[in-house]
Amino acid sequence: METVPKPGSNVPPKKERLQAKKKKPRRYWEQETTGTAAGASPGPPRKRKRNRELRPQKPKKNDTSKKFRISKKPRELKSPGPQRSLSGAQDPFAGPAPVSVEVVQKYCRIDKSKEVPHPKTKTRSRLAAAEAQEEETSVRAARSELLLAEEPGFLEGEDGEDTAKIRQADIVEAVDIASAAKHFDLNLRQFGPYRLNYSSTGRHLAFGGRRGHVAALDWVTKKLMCEINVMEAVRDVRFLHSETLLAVAQNRWLHIYDNQGIELHCVRRCDRATRLEFLPFHFLLATASETGFLTYLDVSVGKIVAALNARAGRLSVMTQNPYNAVIHLGHSNGTVSLWSPAMKEPLAKILCHRGGVRAVAVDPTGTHMATSGLDHQLKLFDLRGTFQPLSARTLPQGAGHLAFSQRGLLAAGMGDVVNIWAGQGKASPPSLEQPYLTHRLSGHVHGLQFCPYEDVLGVGHSGGITSMLVPGSAEPNFDGLESNPYRSRKQRQEWEVKALLEKVPAELICLDPRALAEVDVVSLEQAKKERAERLGYDPDATAPFQPKLKQKGRSSTASLVKRKRKVMDQEHRDKVRQSLEQQPQKQEKAKPTGARPSALDRFVR
Amino acid sequence: MSMNHAAESNLLASNQQKELEDLPKDYPLSTSEDEGDNDGERTHQKLLESISSLNGKDRQKLAERSEASLKVSEFNVSSEGSGEKLVLSDLLEPVKTSSSWAAVKKQLNRVKSKKTVELPLHREEIERIHREVAFNKSSQILSKWDTVVLKNRQAEQLVLPLSKPPSAFAPIEHVVSGWKAGTPLEQEIFNLLHKNKQPVIDPLLTPVEKASLKAMSLEEVKMRRAELQRARALQSYYEARARREKRIKSKKYHRILKKGKAKQALNNFEKLQKVNPAAALEELKKLDKARMMERMSLKHQNSGKWAKSKAIMAKYDLEARQAVQEQLARNKELTQKVQAASESEEEEEGQKEEEEPLVPDMVNGVQIKANGLNPWMLQNHFSDAKEAEVQKDLKDPAEPEAQETSESEEERAVVEEETLLKEFEERRSLRQKSELNHMAEPVHRRVTKDPSSQEVLSELRALSQKLITENHQSGKQERSSARTAQREEPAREEEEPVLLQRPERAQTLDELEGLGREGCVENKELPRTAVEGLQLEKNLSNHIGAPKEKKRKEQMIDLQNLLTTKSPSMMSFAVPMTVQELEDREEKGQRQMTKEAFAGDDVIRDFLKEKREAVEASKPKDLDLTLPGWGEWGGMGLRPSAKKRRQFLMKAPEGPPRKDKNLPNVFINEKRNIHAAAHQVQVLPHPFTHHQQFERTIQTPIGSTWNTQRALQKLTMPKVVTKPGHIIKPIKAEDVGYRSSSRSDLCVVQRNPKRLSIHHKKTSGE
Repeated sequence: METVPKPGSNVPPKKERLQAKKKKPRRYWEQETTGTAAGASPGPPRKRKRNRELRPQKPKKNDTSKKFRISKKPRELKSPGPQRSLSGAQDPFAGPAPVSVEVVQKYCRIDKSKEVPHPKTKTRSRLAAAEAQEEETSVRAARSELLLAEEPGFLEGEDGEDTAKIRQADIVEAVDIASAAKHFDLNLRQFGPYRLNYSSTGRHLAFGGRRGHVAALDWVTKKLMCEINVMEAVRDVRFLHSETLLAVAQNRWLHIYDNQGIELHCVRRCDRATRLEFLPFHFLLATASETGFLTYLDVSVGKIVAALNARAGRLSVMTQNPYNAVIHLGHSNGTVSLWSPAMKEPLAKILCHRGGVRAVAVDPTGTHMATSGLDHQLKLFDLRGTFQPLSARTLPQGAGHLAFSQRGLLAAGMGDVVNIWAGQGKASPPSLEQPYLTHRLSGHVHGLQFCPYEDVLGVGHSGGITSMLVPGSAEPNFDGLESNPYRSRKQRQEWEVKALLEKVPAELICLDPRALAEVDVVSLEQAKKERAERLGYDPDATAPFQPKLKQKGRSSTASLVKRKRKVMDQEHRDKVRQSLEQQPQKQEKAKPTGARPSALDRFVR
Repeated sequence: MSMNHAAESNLLASNQQKELEDLPKDYPLSTSEDEGDNDGERTHQKLLESISSLNGKDRQKLAERSEASLKVSEFNVSSEGSGEKLVLSDLLEPVKTSSSWAAVKKQLNRVKSKKTVELPLHREEIERIHREVAFNKSSQILSKWDTVVLKNRQAEQLVLPLSKPPSAFAPIEHVVSGWKAGTPLEQEIFNLLHKNKQPVIDPLLTPVEKASLKAMSLEEVKMRRAELQRARALQSYYEARARREKRIKSKKYHRILKKGKAKQALNNFEKLQKVNPAAALEELKKLDKARMMERMSLKHQNSGKWAKSKAIMAKYDLEARQAVQEQLARNKELTQKVQAASESEEEEEGQKEEEEPLVPDMVNGVQIKANGLNPWMLQNHFSDAKEAEVQKDLKDPAEPEAQETSESEEERAVVEEETLLKEFEERRSLRQKSELNHMAEPVHRRVTKDPSSQEVLSELRALSQKLITENHQSGKQERSSARTAQREEPAREEEEPVLLQRPERAQTLDELEGLGREGCVENKELPRTAVEGLQLEKNLSNHIGAPKEKKRKEQMIDLQNLLTTKSPSMMSFAVPMTVQELEDREEKGQRQMTKEAFAGDDVIRDFLKEKREAVEASKPKDLDLTLPGWGEWGGMGLRPSAKKRRQFLMKAPEGPPRKDKNLPNVFINEKRNIHAAAHQVQVLPHPFTHHQQFERTIQTPIGSTWNTQRALQKLTMPKVVTKPGHIIKPIKAEDVGYRSSSRSDLCVVQRNPKRLSIHHKKTSGE
């Protein structure tokens, strides 16, 4: 479920808070002076000699426009010469606009590393057509990145200053009012530690206290949608596909409420659920229960798709991989298991910690997984095939809760402190050396989630809810057709229908979603074999080599045999060479060890 | 004529004799009958004979044969005694030539020349031939359409009815030129333009003017022509000369030529060296490469045709023997290795490495803070450390000696080392020279004095090797570090796959202790590595001793290290409340605490066991087909023999290697997801022969989620578009630019195939 923000459909709405700092886009016919003048326009407030800023980053002079024009290698065909117009004026930017190669590369999806065995001419033309198509679409996509006007926010210390020292109050002071309003605390000391969840558009917030307090609100406008007490312990809260439906894992069963707080369903098959996770593209609600079952509930038809027994005791750590919709479960024996509703067994099991796993989080691109365990370690794993740790860090108390933001920032809740680490770029893993931000809360952390499309981290703790400002955490550009924070009721309904039409079947969840675009080789081979059996011969088999007849005695039996032998030997050599190429590791292993082996070594046990 | 007559009369005589004998009474003998009656007589006689034979008595009577007598008679002619021989031609030739004979001759000739008419072919055969011809003809006609069909098939989109490709967009100027000012406003504007003599349309010059501008002047053309002529002439001269030279068979000439060429090359090289040293070096490299190629291809061994013949001759011929020896010498010279210079250095390095086995490398590693477990990062750091060390060594080569050594082996090697050191020094100075490009000159002076050019060349080659090695030495300083790192890598991997390293190298245990006293973060690390063996023994029973080593070699990543890596604990500005007061104690006691907490449950062993079981379960099972008691005794307590069992054990085919083979901390389920497989493509579409080819064509997504609107439209474009309300006529030859005749031919073939067959019948009837 590779989702790339689709720039074409972006309809950047008018945000009042962005208006103030939005820079008028420079046109090519304008002179350079106007650009610099715009650059010198009043920037964000700079207090205490710190250059910090929320989302709307000041474009640095003419950088952006220059970057576009001077790309490394303009791929586009240049028109043969400057076309002279009727008036005699020349087009200063003749030909199509250049696109930078790196951006185009991002949208190229044909895996060229794989060898394609010598295609015939017919096939070759098809392959060439496919490649041309890919190139064209990727160039178009790259070109439309121009429409991604927003840039992520950032926080920068003065030289040598640590950003972790900057307090929330400082940030709030520095940013504009609209952004400052996004930092708030809800003091709800009465109903115990809170779990929280943002809706997929990032507009709505639902939270549930352990002592039964459940509420949902439009957190931007602070308009309360509903507030109820379910009179039962609440373990977890989760919005379903839209903000109108809310799943609450209560002490016994799973309940579903609407945005008025009216109970719609009580799902008794999902009993004693501890954690909830909603897979938006599959319309599946995954529940992990105390009884050790992982249950998938299809919320579009109300059916249990799969109930998998994890055979690892109580399940209390769960997260989803947004890239491939695989559910990650953390277990008390230090392993993290990966689940799909199509398989009864875990897709993979990774031994992460010596103690039990306390929290797991997967970044939105599906490349990194952060885990924390009872051994007080925080580890970052590579999820692309090898599942090896990239970096590790021991934390004083160990992290109880982890969350990744849309741009790959990692937040960890340790006791009453939240630490946030940032990486270098968007795709890079967060470096665990220096925290990017820290914040102390009034209670112990019980739930963490970054708000989508807003630079906000929601923390549920024993003292209520805190909404923190984390500059640069969220994706600045949203897809207006996919998850629009400003959508109307009508738009939401429209989207709901479309999303239901595009629902992905549950059985398609697998570790590598791109594998679905591959031919099922096993059944292909099987079909081939069956066909050969039916026909009595293999129609695709190459005929054995038949030596050509030659004259003047050169076609004697002996020479025929010799020639046959030659070809056979050649084939054999090729086969051997191939097999040797496949296993180069084996030879490396046979290398002599550093110390010379002694004859007495054989007695060593 | 007379002879003929004689023969005839002779025959007649015999006939008459017969008649006389047969019918002595019936007919009176008449010799004076004329010729014309003769025939009638004979038939008559025959008739009589047949009548007489009817009466059975002498039915068997044979005709009597008479012989011509030797005597000269009036009826016979004899050539005896005449002395002349009779020639056949005399007999054949007419006595008198007459015109009437020519006609006969002609007729005869005509008859002779006419062959017999062959039998007509079988009807089926004829039809087959005709079919073949017709097929060839029509396929040839049809093949003209191949390109059109292919083009249409490969076209992204076909718009039917097919229209001619739209001509290119006419530039606005052309459109404008054909346009006349209509409205009064336009007229006014044009008037203005004309008044000011402004160009109204863009091409300011007429095409004729443009052409004239482009054209060359007459002189230029002449000069160019002359130039071309000259070049052509020169080329032809050169070609002729080359051809002549090629035909020269003199060996001496060729030898001289070769020598001359070698000399020339040498001179050129020297000049080049003076003018452009860098290019000279390049040349040298090229030479070296040629030498290497030769070394690889073994050209100068005595295995060639020439060499073999010479070897045979060598026994008797002194010259041949010399040639063979020369060849051998050349081979030796070309195939010798050039590494001799760098070997000693490597040895030295090796010795240096031997000096410090007191402390294993892993202890001296770099402590990498964030990426403590990333093996890639580790290698980099390691090589960095090495590099630094090697460079240091190069700066003061006396250092290894100064180092205190405790090994006897080292002492023995001291003397050798000194010599090596000297060599090293020398080479270093040489290198410095070469860097300044001075060194090449004296050598070359010596070279030019050398009489035999053959030796010169070899010298040159050796020099090139030397130069290259020397010049690369500076680069080598860097590279050697990488090389040493590479050389050490395998060993290091076996020792400790995930090393924890530090930039400074502790040389001895004392220093190590000193480091420990520093009390930095790493000091925790060192004891840990030291006691690691202990831990291993405790934790993993299968990781002990020799088998342990083997196991480790298989598992590239060590589980133990993976899980228990200790990175320095975080320094945070906000430390959780509960921990804050304990902070200092926490640091120390933390490890202890976790150890205590999880002393009982050995997570790793459990996981490994689980993994092993799962792997075993997923392996295909062997099939045992032994029948107990078959061919041998069976019963309680008896098992079929091992040989039998081995014989009837069907080994399951070994599948591909598991993905998690080298990942000890991971178990990847390799079961097929049949639910997902149902959604996958299971049949290869037509033109593809391999699934990878097909996969490549479907890798680009065609959804609106992944594409821009225009791209989506293009991707989902229908293959064939028909214009509503238009008649789609079959394609015609004129449409694609063929003449209509070919088409009409085809039409004839297609429409009335009978006509051909009628034609065939006609021919067969003939």
